[in-house]
Amino acid sequence: MTTAWQTLGPFFSPFLLKPGENDLTRIRPGAAPAEGRTIQIMGTVREQNGVPVAGALLEIWQANAAGRYAHPADTSGLPLDPNFRGFGRVYTDREGRYCFRTIKPGPVPGPGNRWQAPHILLSIFAAGLLRRLTTRIYFPDENANAEDPVLATIEDPAARATLIARTEGSGRYVFDIVTSGEGETAFFTD
Amino acid sequence: MPNDIYAGYAPYSDEDQPPSRSDLYRSTLARAPTRPLYAPPRTVSELTGPVFGHEDVLPEEADLAHVDGKPCLGQLIVVTGKVMDEDGRPVPRTLVEIWQANAAGKYNHPADSSAAPLDPGFAGCGRCLTDDEGRYRFLTIKPGAYPVPNSGNWWRPPHIHFSLFGPTYLTRLVSQLYFPGDVLNGRDRIMATVPSEVARERLTAVYDPAVGIDEVALGYRFDIVLRGRDATPMTG
Repeated sequence: MTTAWQTLGPFFSPFLLKPGENDLTRIRPGAAPAEGRTIQIMGTVREQNGVPVAGALLEIWQANAAGRYAHPADTSGLPLDPNFRGFGRVYTDREGRYCFRTIKPGPVPGPGNRWQAPHILLSIFAAGLLRRLTTRIYFPDENANAEDPVLATIEDPAARATLIARTEGSGRYVFDIVTSGEGETAFFTD
Repeated sequence: MPNDIYAGYAPYSDEDQPPSRSDLYRSTLARAPTRPLYAPPRTVSELTGPVFGHEDVLPEEADLAHVDGKPCLGQLIVVTGKVMDEDGRPVPRTLVEIWQANAAGKYNHPADSSAAPLDPGFAGCGRCLTDDEGRYRFLTIKPGAYPVPNSGNWWRPPHIHFSLFGPTYLTRLVSQLYFPGDVLNGRDRIMATVPSEVARERLTAVYDPAVGIDEVALGYRFDIVLRGRDATPMTG
């Protein structure tokens, strides 16, 4: 029997967030930069009726620019980048806003010899969520999105569209999240 | 990557885990999804996850009861236990994070508006890595109970928040430890969202003098089971 989930609650300690933990381009502040194109991903987390969710913890997990995860279970043989770990997290501010600085991930192998389009895994933890919410961030203008085996399982085009960030200037992507109600983001089983 | 590698991560049990939405915990109703969740195939993205090492954690981060050598107020306790998978195998070198209220029931957090005092000697949060046998250990104090604002006099029982990563993205867990015998446990609306009585009991630590420190700290044991089974196909 797995230990039961319980909500993050409203008081996750800000002291558990290390400086620069929302900047994945460097393993620690001042370290050498990761390979690849630096991008920013920002947005707002809202619940029902457009109310911002302040104090939510957002975590992301992604492959490096070559499409390789910094983890022993990734046996693809694609190149590792010693300056990229692929994990970051951030707390939403009073207006529910967040921002990550990272590098654009490469495509990664998927089931059945298919490739997955470049994507970032996103988890949301907050008071009022008894368990985390999980979803994926995809990029606009990627032809590979049409062949992505995970996006393909979401038949409703409006729901699928909630997983695609929009471009806002060079290297800036906006990914807004609606946890509940109209325009709800497509979430996955954990 | 062959699909059977993912056989080790079965869906969570609805009996052992809280639902997404619950009338008991009313803030879920405006915040948790209203639509069914999608269940896409698991891929290498989910079967990997952040790896932490000793360079990420300082030994003193496992001691919440002192700040710059100054002690905090409250009942000193040792909280220790084993992190395992569903087959009882230890989960070594995984990051465990905890955070909690101080002895007066106050969090060192800007969103805590209660009038209870902060304690400059209390760190409020801590981190450690499990050892080769999956064990973790913290020195802290028993947190105070605190009232939830505008809730009709609901008091949260003393509890410690836990965050664990485990070996992959799918093993992430955020939970809470409760203390045995507290009258508030049975009235807590968040603990009550867990359907199975056994699962609720497992959220309650066990008093164990053997893990305490003689004449200094009480001992509590709290074992944690992360999702995951041995997915190696049976042979022979």
